[in-house]
Amino acid sequence: MKKFIVSPAPHVHSDRTTRSLMGDVLIALAPSLLVSIYFFGFSAVKLVAIGVIACCLVEYLIQKYVMKVKPTIDDLSAAVTGCLLALNLPPNSPWWLVLVGSIFAIGVVKMSFGGLGQNIFNPAIAGRVFLLVSFPALMTDWTIPASWFDSVNASVDGVAAATPLAVAKEAIANGTPLSEVAAYSGLTWKQMFFFKVGGSAGEVSALALILGFLYLVIRRVIKPTIPVVIIATIAIMSGIFSAINPELYTGPLFNICTGGVLLGSIFMATDYVTSPMTTKGQIIFAFGIGVITVLIRYFGAYPEGVSFAILIMNCTVPLINKYCKPRRFGEVK
Amino acid sequence: MTGTILFTIACLVALGLLFSVVLYFVAQKFKVEEDPRIGIVESIMPGANCGGCGHAGCHAFAESVVKAPSMEGFFCPVGGNATMSKVAQALGRAVEEKEPMVAVVRCHGTFDNRERTNHYDGYASCKVMAALYTGDTGCKYGCLGKGDCVDACNFDAIHIDQRRGIAEVDESKCVACGACAKACPKGVIELRPKGFKGRRVYVSCINKDKGAVTRKACAVGCIGCGKCVKECQFDAIHVENNVAYIDFTKCKMCRKCFDACPTKAIWAVNFPPRPAAPAVSPAPAPAPAVEKPAEAPKSE
Amino acid sequence: MKKTFCLGGVHPNDNKISKNAAIEVFPPIETAYISMAQHLGAPAEPVVAVGDKVKVGTVIGKPTGFISGYVHSSVSGTVKAIEPRADIAGNLVMHVVIAVEGDEWCEEIDRSRDIVRECNLTSEEILSKIQNAGVVGLGGASFPTHVKLNPPKDKKAVALILNGTECEPFITSDDRIMRERPVEILIGAEIMMKVLNVDKAYVGIEENKPEAIASMSAAAKDFKGIEVVTLKKKYPQGGEKQLIDAVIGRQVPSGKLPIDVGAVVQNVATSLSIYEAVQKNKPVIDNSVTVSGHCMDVQHNYLVRVGTPVSKILEVAGGIPKDAAKIVSGGPMMGKAIANLDAATVKANGSILILSEEETVRKPESNCIRCGKCASACPMGLEPWLLNKLARVGGRYDDLEKERIFDCIECGCCLYTCPANIPLLDLIRINKAEVMKIIRGRAAKK
Repeated sequence: MKKFIVSPAPHVHSDRTTRSLMGDVLIALAPSLLVSIYFFGFSAVKLVAIGVIACCLVEYLIQKYVMKVKPTIDDLSAAVTGCLLALNLPPNSPWWLVLVGSIFAIGVVKMSFGGLGQNIFNPAIAGRVFLLVSFPALMTDWTIPASWFDSVNASVDGVAAATPLAVAKEAIANGTPLSEVAAYSGLTWKQMFFFKVGGSAGEVSALALILGFLYLVIRRVIKPTIPVVIIATIAIMSGIFSAINPELYTGPLFNICTGGVLLGSIFMATDYVTSPMTTKGQIIFAFGIGVITVLIRYFGAYPEGVSFAILIMNCTVPLINKYCKPRRFGEVK
Repeated sequence: MTGTILFTIACLVALGLLFSVVLYFVAQKFKVEEDPRIGIVESIMPGANCGGCGHAGCHAFAESVVKAPSMEGFFCPVGGNATMSKVAQALGRAVEEKEPMVAVVRCHGTFDNRERTNHYDGYASCKVMAALYTGDTGCKYGCLGKGDCVDACNFDAIHIDQRRGIAEVDESKCVACGACAKACPKGVIELRPKGFKGRRVYVSCINKDKGAVTRKACAVGCIGCGKCVKECQFDAIHVENNVAYIDFTKCKMCRKCFDACPTKAIWAVNFPPRPAAPAVSPAPAPAPAVEKPAEAPKSE
Repeated sequence: MKKTFCLGGVHPNDNKISKNAAIEVFPPIETAYISMAQHLGAPAEPVVAVGDKVKVGTVIGKPTGFISGYVHSSVSGTVKAIEPRADIAGNLVMHVVIAVEGDEWCEEIDRSRDIVRECNLTSEEILSKIQNAGVVGLGGASFPTHVKLNPPKDKKAVALILNGTECEPFITSDDRIMRERPVEILIGAEIMMKVLNVDKAYVGIEENKPEAIASMSAAAKDFKGIEVVTLKKKYPQGGEKQLIDAVIGRQVPSGKLPIDVGAVVQNVATSLSIYEAVQKNKPVIDNSVTVSGHCMDVQHNYLVRVGTPVSKILEVAGGIPKDAAKIVSGGPMMGKAIANLDAATVKANGSILILSEEETVRKPESNCIRCGKCASACPMGLEPWLLNKLARVGGRYDDLEKERIFDCIECGCCLYTCPANIPLLDLIRINKAEVMKIIRGRAAKK
C-alpha cells in the first residue's frame, strides 16, 4: 500500500521563502546598481561583485568549518549584505576595502552572533561604519559622477570631491553662510532627485532607489512604515531647523536626498532581523533613526549620520519588541 | 602629570573603600540565615540539577533532606547509594540501600521489525506527533522515534539510532533519573532495576492490541499469548490488555519465559552465552545478549 | 468596501475547483461503520446489540453527558459488531458496524423534498427535536448544536450569524448547498431565530462565491430580518470570532464566548440539518462532502451517509490518483491528515482532499529571520515567533500564558506564511494544550 504523508495542519504553505524575499531585495537593488554602473562603469561592477562573492564565501567557510552546519548561502542573505555593502562605499574604493568590509560584516557582525536572524546589527551598515572609522580618508574620497545630465564637471573618469553634505558641514564650521556655498545652494531638486554630485555607489539616483522601494512594497517584502517615517521625521525636523535659520541648517529636500538617507531607510533600516516586528515598534524605531540622523548632521562631527543612527536604533530593537506588542484581538482599548 | 595620576589613584582608592563599606553593611543587613548542613549536603550532591529526585535541583533536594526528619523518600538517582550514604552520614542518619535502576525502552519496533504505514512530515517531536495521531506504524503504542527522550536526558544516555528508528539507552551513562520516562508521550520507557551485572529480563513491548493486530504491525510485538505466564514458576508474569508484564520484584531471571516467547518480545540482556550447563557461573566481563533475536540493543 | 475582520489573515489560493460539481447522492454502501464520538464532548453509548435490525434514523447511540449527542443509524440492516475501531488518526473509538440490507427509513422521517416553512413548535420543543436528531456544528468543531442554541439565562443573544464563508481552500460543499438549497437553509435560520428570540440574522458569504451570494440573497427576500453579507476573501474568515468581527463588528474578548457579545454563529450546513431535523424529522445521517484535489481527474461533491469508509469514497470518486501524497479530511489549513483510510466519515466531515507532494510537503526549516510576517498574519494578534521561541526553551508555561497562547485558534496562518518554514503552530498547539491544562487546574482549585 502507498505510504501517505501525515502532518499537522496546515497542509499548504505560501510560496514565500527566505530565498525569495532576499531575491526580491536584490531585484529592488537592481535599478540603483544599473544607475551606478552607468555613472561609474566597471568600478561599480567590480565593487558589487567583490562584495557579493566575499560575503558568500566568508559565510560558507564559517558555516562549513567553524560552525560545522550545512551552509545556507543559497538563501541569498549574504548576497544581499554584500551588494548593500558595496553600494554603500565610495564608487572608487579599492577592491580590498570591500573585502575587509565583507569579512567584518559577515564574520563578526553576522556569524559570530549565530548567523542569519541572530545578529543585533545590520551587517552591511556595521561593515560600512567599521570601514568609515578604520579608513576615514578612503571612505570620504567621493567621485563626482560624470554624466550626460551634468555639464558642469563632465569628465569620463569623474572628479574626486567631497560630498555636498561634507561641503555644507565644513562651510557651517567655518562660519560661511550656506547661501554662499555653491555645492549646496547650487544644487537643484532635479539633480538631487535623478542623480547627484558625490555619494556612495548606490545612492546616486533617488529615483532608482524609490523604484526599488515601490517594488519591495508591491511585492509585500517590506511595509512602507519604516522608510516613510524616517523620511518624514528628517523632513519635518530639518524643515523646522532650516526655517529658523536657513544659513546655518540645511534644508529638508537636501537632507533627504543626500548622505544615504534613502538607501539606508529603504534597504538597511527595513532589514527584518534588526528592525522591530510590530508597526508600533517600527514607528518608534524609524522616528529614532530620523531624529538621530538630523542631530548628528547638525550637531555631530560626521557630515552624514544615517549609518550611526541605524546602528544605534538596532540596539533598541529587542527592547522595542518587548514593549510594543501587537494589538490583541478583542482587547478593550 | 604626576599630580593627575596621583589624584586618579586616590579617587579610585577612596571610591573602592566607600563601596566596600557600603557592601559590608548591606551584606550584614540582608544576610540570609541558612542551615549550614544544606551547603554540606549540596556539596556531596553530584550537581547535575537533573530533577530526577523529584526536586527542582540539587540545592532544593539538599534543603528538603535537611528539613525532613529521616532519609525516607529521598534518593538521588544520579549519585546512587554512594551519595545517599554520604548524605546520611553528614546528617547522622541511617539510610537503606536502594537497588540501582536503569531506563528500559520497552519497544523494539525498529524499521525492520515494524513496517511504516505512513510518512510523518511535521516538527520532529514525539509529543507533537502523538497529539496528532497514533504514529507512523501499525502499532499505536510503541516508540515514535522522534527523540523527546533524547532532549530530556541530561546525561547523553539515550539516543535514537537513525537506522533503526527507536530510542536506545546507553546503560553505562544512564543514571535512572526518569526524565526520559516523563518525556515519553507513549509511556514506553520504564525504570527497572539494573540487576546483577546488568542482567535483566523484560517484555520489550507495550502493545495492547489483540494478538493478530499486533503481529501484523510488528514482528517482535507481544501478542499476549500467555506462554510466558505458564512457564513462569514465580508468578512474576501477567498478561493484561493483551500484553505481558514481568514484575521485577518477583522475577528470578530464570529466562524460561525468554525461551518460550514465540515473537521474541521478551528480552534477556547481559547474560553470558548459555553453555550446555545451565548452572549460573560467574561470568567474565559484561557479555552480549543471548541469542540475539533479530538484533540486540547496541549498547548492551 | 466589503467587510472583513480587523487583524491578520492570509490569502491562500482558494482552489475552488470543485465549485461546479453538483451534489450527487453517494451510491449505497455494504457496511457502515458509525462512530460513537461524532461530537465534541463525551462519546455516545451504544444502545443496540449485535444482531439488532436497524432502520435509517434508528437511534444507536445515547448521550452520556451534558455536552454529548445522539447517534443514529445512517443505513438499514443488521448490527454486525460493536467494537473499537481506529478513526482517521488511528485512535480507537467505539463504532457500531452495520451490514446494510436495503434502504428502509424510519416512518416519521419525511423524505420528500417539499419545502415546509411553517413551524408552530415552542422553543423547548424545537431544542429537544434538534437534540434528538443529533445535530452538531458542521463547521468542524462538532459542538452539539442544542447546547449552543440554549445560552445561559443571563446572556441575551442579539443576532444570529450564519457562516457561509467557507474560507478554507478547495472545499465547496457549503457553496453547493447554498446554491442548491437556499430556502431550506434560511428556514433553518428562521427556526434558530425563534429559539434564540432574536430578530436579526446575517449570512456571511465570501466574495469568491457569487452564485451562492445571488441564490441566498434571492431567497432571503422572503425572510424578514435575514440579511446576506458579502465578505472579502480572507482566511480565516470562517473562524467564529473573526466572522463576528467581520459581520457585526464586535470583538469577542479573550476567554469569552460569542454569546458575550450577543452573537450566535452557526454553519449553513448546520442550519440545513436543523431544518431537516425540525421540519422533516430527519436526524443527521448524511452530509455533503467535497472530494477534490488537483491530481484528481474529476471533482465531486457527494451526499454521503455517515459511516462510509474514506477508502470507499475515494474508490467511487475515481480511485486514489498516482501522485497523491496526502489525504486530508477537512480543509488544507485546518484539516486533519488521514492516517487510516479505512476510517469512516463522521457528521462534521465536510471534505476529503487529495494533495500532491509538490503542494503539501513541508520545506526544510531554516533560521527565523524575524520578519514578523507571522505576527502580521495572526488573526488573534499574537506573536507566534515569540510563542515558538518560548516553547522551544520548554517549560515556560507562565510566560506563554502571559503572551496569551490560549487565544490561539490554530488557524495555521503563522505556519502558512513563515518564509523560513518554521513549524510554529506544531509547537504552539501542544504548548497551548499544556497551558489550558494549567489554567483549568487553577480554576478547579478555586
